[in-house]
Amino acid sequence: MSANEITNILVCGIGGQGVMTATEILAEAAIAEGHDVKKTEVAGMAQRGGVVTSHLRFGRKVLSPQIEPGTVQVLLGFEGAEALRWSHYLKPDGLALVNNAKLVPPVVELGLFDYPVDPTGQMRAAGHRVVSFDAMTIARDLGEIRLGNTVMLGAIADYLPFAPDVLLACIDKRFARKGEKVVEANRQAFAAGREAVAKQLAASPA
Amino acid sequence: MAAVMSQSAPPAAASRLLLSGNEAVARAVWESGVRVAAAYPGTPATEIIESVARYPDLYAEWSVNEKVSMEVALGASMTGARAFCAMKHVGLNVASDCLMTMTITGAYGGLVIAVADDVGMSSSQNEQDSRFWARFAHIPMLEPADSQEAYEMTKFAFGLSEQYETPVLLRLTTRICHVKGLVTVGEREAHEPAGFVKNPQRWVMVPAHAKARLPGLFQRDETLRAVSETTPLNILEAGANRSVGFVTSGPAYMHVKEAFPDAPVLKLGLSFPWPPEKVRELAAMCDKLVVVEETEKLLETEIKAAGIACHGKDVLPSIGELSPQVLTPAVDRLLGKPVPPPAPAAAPPKVFPRPPTLCASCPHMGMYYTLSQIKNIIVTGDIGCYTLGAGHPWNALDTTICMGATMGVALGIDKGRGAVDKNKRILAVIGDSTFMHMGMQGLLDITYNHGNITVLLLDNNTTGMTGGQATPASGKDIHGKEAPKVDLFKIVEALGVPNERIQVVDPYELPKLFKAVREEIKIEGPSVIIARRPCVLIDEFKPFRPYLVEEDKCTGCGNCVEVGCPAIHVTHRDKVIKPSGKEVELAFVSIDSQACTGCGLCVQPCAPDAIQHVPRRDIPIHIVKATSSS
Repeated sequence: MSANEITNILVCGIGGQGVMTATEILAEAAIAEGHDVKKTEVAGMAQRGGVVTSHLRFGRKVLSPQIEPGTVQVLLGFEGAEALRWSHYLKPDGLALVNNAKLVPPVVELGLFDYPVDPTGQMRAAGHRVVSFDAMTIARDLGEIRLGNTVMLGAIADYLPFAPDVLLACIDKRFARKGEKVVEANRQAFAAGREAVAKQLAASPA
Repeated sequence: MAAVMSQSAPPAAASRLLLSGNEAVARAVWESGVRVAAAYPGTPATEIIESVARYPDLYAEWSVNEKVSMEVALGASMTGARAFCAMKHVGLNVASDCLMTMTITGAYGGLVIAVADDVGMSSSQNEQDSRFWARFAHIPMLEPADSQEAYEMTKFAFGLSEQYETPVLLRLTTRICHVKGLVTVGEREAHEPAGFVKNPQRWVMVPAHAKARLPGLFQRDETLRAVSETTPLNILEAGANRSVGFVTSGPAYMHVKEAFPDAPVLKLGLSFPWPPEKVRELAAMCDKLVVVEETEKLLETEIKAAGIACHGKDVLPSIGELSPQVLTPAVDRLLGKPVPPPAPAAAPPKVFPRPPTLCASCPHMGMYYTLSQIKNIIVTGDIGCYTLGAGHPWNALDTTICMGATMGVALGIDKGRGAVDKNKRILAVIGDSTFMHMGMQGLLDITYNHGNITVLLLDNNTTGMTGGQATPASGKDIHGKEAPKVDLFKIVEALGVPNERIQVVDPYELPKLFKAVREEIKIEGPSVIIARRPCVLIDEFKPFRPYLVEEDKCTGCGNCVEVGCPAIHVTHRDKVIKPSGKEVELAFVSIDSQACTGCGLCVQPCAPDAIQHVPRRDIPIHIVKATSSS
């Protein structure tokens, strides 16, 4: 990465999924690496099950906090249709890391709209590089559904312009107060997220 | 509610913290030695006072509305204390009565008003430009462009306020309030109030006193215009490429720098009064001048009136947020540069909308389901989570204007209706916090003027939409500590609603709710139904044993879907032809037992009793924990 290059990471999902917290930890890691950082938060009505995105930009000096369409290096999607919704923000060679969760809103249940049949397939068909995995199943297999967020952070860890350990250290710090057991569980979730993406990429390069 | 600061020990000076604009303003308020800070919650400004309240050694309050918060701040300033209030753009409309006179009294202790414009309308009923208030009230305005500037300008504002004895407006927008950036912070400075000095010519605004002070307003404008020419907050950056130069302020500056890094820019931190000589200097150094402002054509109009040629809204939009993506093609077109059409890949994919919804077990669902089943009614609405009742599947609100408007609008419909609406029943919906903010006066108007209205007071014990802030009826103060709890029933009665026409119901009990609504709309005259249940997002809410759908019993009638709960999912659809020949759509459902908190609203309209409690062994652990602790 050149001295002035800005890294754009877009994290998306729906209210209550932990999008903001995940982005906050990513921002802390970028700060630890000495970057200037800007991070947007969408609040207000979005917390009522609406669309949530968080824009994270870091580099030597960040001006506008908004990411432009077509400029995202990594899209971290907490939900399939939401990843599709924001996929036009990806750079042509950008990478989408998508949790396979399917959260269907009432307007779809009422039959007013359709949920896309295969959101990640649609993204691939549009030419995007996509790795999808099931963060919630991974978390459940580790014994705690709430580890899903850390699985997501593990998934992105190898696609940042700094070492995965920088991010892991920020996760450790966040859970340090909750004791060694919780820290260890999160370390496992982080490793599992990294492995899930690596395995997929090895099997079928995105 | 992002909280980075601990309650007892604020981070030390010179620390670099990742702060939102709201948190940065709060830090600066504390460091400036502010003694009194007040606000009513409103997106995107809510977190300012929430954050201020976590600091020691100052008084912070949730006020009942923005006007009161401003009056509290003014009163504190009269004693010589530094004082602060914060509000969203529409809040300043409410507070403007105070604003327009306190500009004449001026400030004694430093007095700063933060106003946050919801540019792009993420959570508001309108998009309005608070920069007009600075002109209207003759008050200086500061416009930060990011968190660091929000912090620095807030501190500057208190000094400016005291030096020129003026209130100062700090204009924020959503992109300042809710964007986090690194901020280098300092220490709190002590600020002991000089004391209240009796001075009726200054503080008693009768015509004779106010008249004598009016020339001071205009003098202050001119004095501050001179300050504006020299302050380091107004920076003229000479760029290398002088084909186009920009005048801008607030977050728009960041977009300009991102899109045109080599262009000359006049960045206005003190944006009113703005510096004409500096603008002339910029105009002289570039071929074309473009004013980049969100949202109205304000500065552009004033610059043109000063005889300086410029562009602005002839090339840029007046609605919504600006961004480099908006600026670049617009300015390139102005310069006669070729503008490539947007790449097809850049088009957003078509995905269903995901509007905000009521939460699973939200007590408002009971009321809206009820209203959706009653014909021949007109329902006026208000501002809050319960505005979502206007959406699917309930479609149960017919109007939403501004805080408290539900009452007056309902009375106006009642008095204005002709023969065509004669048989309709009129209901007014309002929340508990909104009722105390601005709804009480409207109800008084209804009772005083013999309105034939049924008011539905949805009491969820909190200010819901902004994230669960305390109210005078919640029995808690801004710190979560015990506070006097006002009795809404008694208020309603005192406002003139007959005791027998006030019913308190549980919105989870649909039959009782139906009965109460049907009863009250039939009776002539004002009535109030208080639907009381805590918001599911506050501590007072205790979840119940969740439900599931017994698949073999579900007949696909879809009644439960009409309740509108986000925990109910359609598993498959079907169609049947009834004996009458009519085709009926069926929707078979399941319940997400992880999301369900057992309110039972969907159980009541289920004809085949297909909705049953989950077996005890399957109750999610978070609900077991919550129910066992209650």
